[in-house]
Amino acid sequence: MKKRGRFLTLLMVTTLAAGSLMACGSGSKETGNTQTGSKSGDSIEITNVSYDPTRELYAAYNELFAKHWQEENGQEVSVVQSHGGSGKQALEVANGLQADVVTLALEGDVDAVKNAGLIEDGYVDEFPLDSSPYTSSIVFLVRKDNPKNINDWDDLLRDDVGVITPNPKTSGGARWNYLAAWYYFEKQGQSEDEIKESIKTLYEHVLVLDSGARGATTSFVENGQGDVLLAWENEAFLSLDEHPGEYEIVVPSASILCQPTVAVVDEVVDKRGTREVATEYLNYLYSEEAQRLEAEWYYRPSNEELLKEYQYEGEGNTITELPENHKWIITDIDLTNIDHFGGWTKATEKHFADGGIFDSIYEKK
Amino acid sequence: MEIRNDKGVVKWLLIGICTVFLLVTLVLPLVYVIYTALRDGLGAYFAAVKDQYAVKAILLTIKVVIISVVVNSIFGIFAAWLITRFQFRGKKIISTLIDLPLTISPVIAGLIFVLTFGRQSAIYPFLEKWGIQIIFAVPGVVLATIFVTFPFISREIIPVLTVEGTDEEEAAALMGANGFQIFTQITFPHIKWAFLYGVVLCSARAMGEFGAVSVLSGHLCGRTNTMPLYIELLYQAFDFTGAFALSSILVIMAIIILVLRNIFEYRGKKEMES
Amino acid sequence: MKKKKRVIPGFGLSFGIVMAMLGLIVIIPLCSLVVFSLKLSFHDFIETVTAPRVLASYKVSILTALIASLINAVMGLLIAWVLVRYNFPGKRIMDGMIELPFALPTAVAGIALTHLTTQDGWVGKIFAKAGIQIAYTRIGITVALVFIGIPFVVRSVQPVLEKVEKEYEEAAAMFGASRARIFFEVIFPEIRPALISGFTMAFARSIGEYGSVVFIAGNTPYKTEIAPLMIMAKLQEFDYASATSIALVMLFIAFLILFVNALIQSYTSKIVSGIE
Repeated sequence: MKKRGRFLTLLMVTTLAAGSLMACGSGSKETGNTQTGSKSGDSIEITNVSYDPTRELYAAYNELFAKHWQEENGQEVSVVQSHGGSGKQALEVANGLQADVVTLALEGDVDAVKNAGLIEDGYVDEFPLDSSPYTSSIVFLVRKDNPKNINDWDDLLRDDVGVITPNPKTSGGARWNYLAAWYYFEKQGQSEDEIKESIKTLYEHVLVLDSGARGATTSFVENGQGDVLLAWENEAFLSLDEHPGEYEIVVPSASILCQPTVAVVDEVVDKRGTREVATEYLNYLYSEEAQRLEAEWYYRPSNEELLKEYQYEGEGNTITELPENHKWIITDIDLTNIDHFGGWTKATEKHFADGGIFDSIYEKK
Repeated sequence: MEIRNDKGVVKWLLIGICTVFLLVTLVLPLVYVIYTALRDGLGAYFAAVKDQYAVKAILLTIKVVIISVVVNSIFGIFAAWLITRFQFRGKKIISTLIDLPLTISPVIAGLIFVLTFGRQSAIYPFLEKWGIQIIFAVPGVVLATIFVTFPFISREIIPVLTVEGTDEEEAAALMGANGFQIFTQITFPHIKWAFLYGVVLCSARAMGEFGAVSVLSGHLCGRTNTMPLYIELLYQAFDFTGAFALSSILVIMAIIILVLRNIFEYRGKKEMES
Repeated sequence: MKKKKRVIPGFGLSFGIVMAMLGLIVIIPLCSLVVFSLKLSFHDFIETVTAPRVLASYKVSILTALIASLINAVMGLLIAWVLVRYNFPGKRIMDGMIELPFALPTAVAGIALTHLTTQDGWVGKIFAKAGIQIAYTRIGITVALVFIGIPFVVRSVQPVLEKVEKEYEEAAAMFGASRARIFFEVIFPEIRPALISGFTMAFARSIGEYGSVVFIAGNTPYKTEIAPLMIMAKLQEFDYASATSIALVMLFIAFLILFVNALIQSYTSKIVSGIE
């Protein structure tokens, strides 16, 4: 018994020692990798930190770009992806997540990275069209045959309607939802106090306030919560694609043109020496091939001609099934944009910051 | 075993209540995970498991578990030795500090490391200069995991050592044995099973940690995504088969670990009795 | 420090290693938490941590954690009792299952529990008929917390229950004490410290739980928004000072729980905490 005990001890000690050595070895190797891996000769690596719904788009785009870069420079490029709530992702980059490029849901989030000193001023003009290569909009996703007969923002104020939208405090998409609703009520000629009241009623009907757009879609689609989901256009079409015949898209009379913003993270690319490839990665988003890809994944391309090519040809404001040939873009809709709200800095301060209007609608009477 | 033979009713009633409770709270979620994983057939299951990012996530998880267990083993043994074998001032504080990670929200655990090693921290420039990336890289994931499993091993050993007393060791020390000899020949045989049990618990918890790791990992696909994070990612991408397939692997790993635990405990008890 | 000469070697080494690792992994990171929250003035700090929505989130967290831990205390005691006192087929399987919540990632548990308890889920369907909604309500949060808290009570009580001397009980039984009296007057006082210890650990763990709860909670302000989620929300607004302030309050609660537990233990059993 005693001998066995000693043997066991010896075994344990050796395993521990070996384990810790191995651990240290592999640990340091890993650190080395993330630092230098991006510079080696015939292959290069960049990190793209993006928001939730773009996962599928960038998975496809990365392949396209890798082919393009290989043809142009004879170099292999691999893109590491990171997805999450837009605000959270921005925060992590500001905190030292080594992102070569950020492709976030709104300019306000990229601003946060800039304010942390990682991106130089004036990044918005670095790429065409305010650095938003593709755009999107906010639409309603309802259950098959629209049982609650939801047609426009007014209907969301009815007491029998349960709404699903993420939390504007934590989700970029949710901020667009909120502003789209605001614009509609403003267009109805309501005064600011009346708009606040309407928005308040709307959020009283929100059943689940998820922290991100994907979470909200899951609550609505997979867990069967609520009657209507306020969603990114691309998320709504994707749900239609995944679950044919179960949902319908309702396009409200007024909405907002969402402009996701892309930027090169100056501090990181300078350190890693990846500026060239990172810049080309974002530039290539404007190429025709890439724009087509974006349209296939239900983002509105910035290329006007392509936009027309994908224009929806059906009638009415309800889309019950995916249009053939992917002609899905509804152009007959009153879209405002963030400039209407005086830009993101102003909009954030007024609506979403601590003590802003959004906070006040959840205050107890 | 029974102090008296409870007439069936009470005994079986109690057993029944417990069984139903555990079935609903523990077994049902497991069944659901496995059911969903296999819903689309075995082909889809294996395709999901063999996906390159899934494999990377599994390997990373195993690596993180090994490192945390090794670090916490070393710490746990020394901490238990310190606390049960010596009298000194501040012992209560140390003992509380060791237990603290158990009661701290994983979110806070992640947050404190971001604050300490993140870009706005005072030591970031130094880390930068030496080219060390801690948070949003593997070391950060490891640190967070070590933190949440910190007390697991020491907590298992301390009660055993307390009960054991110090007589044998003192005797050995007086006879001139050195610390290493005392530990390996006298102390370790006593705590062997408690130690292994701690290792098992520690690896189980390390495998499944989500909150703290989620704050610290940066979610770099194929780099810093551990299994729980990758599962969340798949889930959010509506790939339920994939998400639950990977979950089922974690479940299987958990069950293996629990079986090991049972064996260790059983052998430990047998040895105590003999 | 006492002058008494130490016989057992290794004090310096152990002390050094323990302090170094405690410092690196626990103390320094916790200090940075304090440093960051100091960036707020005292007034702002109080204002942040007592904002109505934040207060409501503590309430949700504490309330659900308390209910869940109470359920766990009762069920945990029962399970420990069954496991120690009875023989029945499947006993070892039941015993082995207890740690499952430790091993199952909280996110997976959260997702599975949510799916089970929505109106269309296996369990939710039954309750929906009675008009009870589980997922996305406080009941849902409680269910998730019960799940993660099970092992704490069982594993605290079980070893003590095994040690409670049966002679005691047999003697009491011979004097004609009823079974209920034996339990409450002989056994219960013995296991009380362990029960309390298990309860406080489950409680502390539940207050801070994030991974499983966030899926099932619904996250509606004032109703189902938990305190850890408030921290996450503040973080996402780049509001470090507020996030760390709320974190500090929660840390204080955790400390308090541990302290109360240590106090109770030092009055009674010294085995569990190892403090003499």
